[in-house]
Amino acid sequence: MGLDFTVIPSYADALLLGVLWTIAITVSSAVLSFFGGIMFAVIALYAPLVIRLPFRFFAWLFMGTPLLLQLFLIYFGLVELGIDLPAFVAGVIGLGLHFAVYNSELIQTAIVAVDKGQMEAARTLGLSRPQALIKVVIPQAVRDVIPPIGNNMIALLKDSALVSVIGVTELTLSAQLAIGRTYRPFEFYAAAAVLYYIINLGMEAVLRRIERRTQLSR
Amino acid sequence: MTDPKPFVEIRHAQKSYGSLEVLKDISLTVQRGEIVAIIGPSGSGKSTLLRAINDLDPLTGGEIILDGVQVNKTLPHRQYEKHINGMRQQIGMVFQHFNLFPHLSVRDNVTMAPKLLKGISGKEADKLAEEQLTHVGMLERIDYYPSQLSGGQKQRVAIARALAMEPKLMLFDEATSALDPELVEEVNLVMKKLAEEHMTMIIVTHEMDFAASVCDRVLFMDQGVVVEEGPPGKIFKNPDMDRTKEFLRKHLAGSK
Ligand SMILES: Nc1ncnc2c1ncn2[C@@H]1O[C@H](COP(=O)(O)OP(=O)(O)OP(=O)(O)O)[C@@H](O)[C@H]1O
Ligand SMILES: [Mg+2]
Repeated sequence: MGLDFTVIPSYADALLLGVLWTIAITVSSAVLSFFGGIMFAVIALYAPLVIRLPFRFFAWLFMGTPLLLQLFLIYFGLVELGIDLPAFVAGVIGLGLHFAVYNSELIQTAIVAVDKGQMEAARTLGLSRPQALIKVVIPQAVRDVIPPIGNNMIALLKDSALVSVIGVTELTLSAQLAIGRTYRPFEFYAAAAVLYYIINLGMEAVLRRIERRTQLSR
Repeated sequence: MTDPKPFVEIRHAQKSYGSLEVLKDISLTVQRGEIVAIIGPSGSGKSTLLRAINDLDPLTGGEIILDGVQVNKTLPHRQYEKHINGMRQQIGMVFQHFNLFPHLSVRDNVTMAPKLLKGISGKEADKLAEEQLTHVGMLERIDYYPSQLSGGQKQRVAIARALAMEPKLMLFDEATSALDPELVEEVNLVMKKLAEEHMTMIIVTHEMDFAASVCDRVLFMDQGVVVEEGPPGKIFKNPDMDRTKEFLRKHLAGSK
């Protein structure tokens, strides 16, 4: 039996809906991982020990265990504790926190690397330490790690396929559902791959724009 | 005629890094509107003294008093933070390497602190930025970023940024020594203008000509002590101490 790509158009709607879900989950998780990353970095660097230690354990948990397991834990595991999250929300939390931990490592390094004169100049004007961090140090640190954070976000897009296992009908699951009906795995997985690639190109374009915009502020 | 109450008073300032004593019992007063230059060899403690005045490098002993209020008060941490932030709003500082905020436009460099700390509106902030940048001749660069400016322009913006907080006292730590020679004059002119407006200033500098032409008094520091002080005419032309003479001889020979 040869390949037959003509089956794809009749599932175009389902696939496009899958694309939209993939974009929705990627963007939501990316936003969470970005702001979460900043927050985690500040905690890791400046919080008192009683907060920092449990936090380190939490960070280790997210970096040292499979994302798939984390998604199962959040979606199925938390139900036992009476927390029954919709699959989409569980997926965003899992992906978002997982990548927030990675982003946080980047941002921590960048915060430490911001020239000490910046903090001094801000303090000299009368800003408190938290004000100086928020207005002066963190924006520069974040600006400095936009490219590697961008790479993390591309990885996040690819890992978003994992939320198919908890039943979010994003692109991968949409392709699987179509395969279940048509028994055409090659055609639909290939179509999904092309669609992921297109989303990826879009993301890279957005990242390049952001990078260009921050060019002057170095 | 001296004011009975000095504007800035440094009493028995002492600073150690471990066993290294960097400031050794320095006392100094500055009157309102007075312009004082601090000169001396590298490592003599000039920056440390200047940075002690706004508590950027806290003293290990002694007192700093500005306009009747002790800057380096002993207070519980939280209260001290509040106190020192208030004091620092009244003390402008200009650094050798400008330390402009690269992620902010020239306008926002000038207005960030006043907006945040004095709660002025966006409109008032724009007016303030325009005023202060006009003052230092940088109005036409108001929407540039620091990366688009020359060193001299950066330093003029840094001065405008400090002035926007309406400080009572300005501290300059070698404001021109990171600049290419041809850019020094534009910054010196701005400082001269401030002098004419009777801003109280303490200026650490290696530029003897500038100190001589602008300052009311010159302090020569060496190894953590003020060796000699007096009007520029006296210190530069006819110093009493051998250490001063030697420094000036070496320095003037080196700079010519
Ligand atoms: N953080 C620090 N730890 C240890 N020693 C320090 C520290 N900061 C400054 N010092 C020492 O204090 C002394 C005075 O330094 P300071 O920077 O005040 O000198 P300076 O007169 O400003 O010199 P320069 O003309 O080179 O700027 C130097 O011996 C310096 O090595
Ligand atoms: Mg110095």
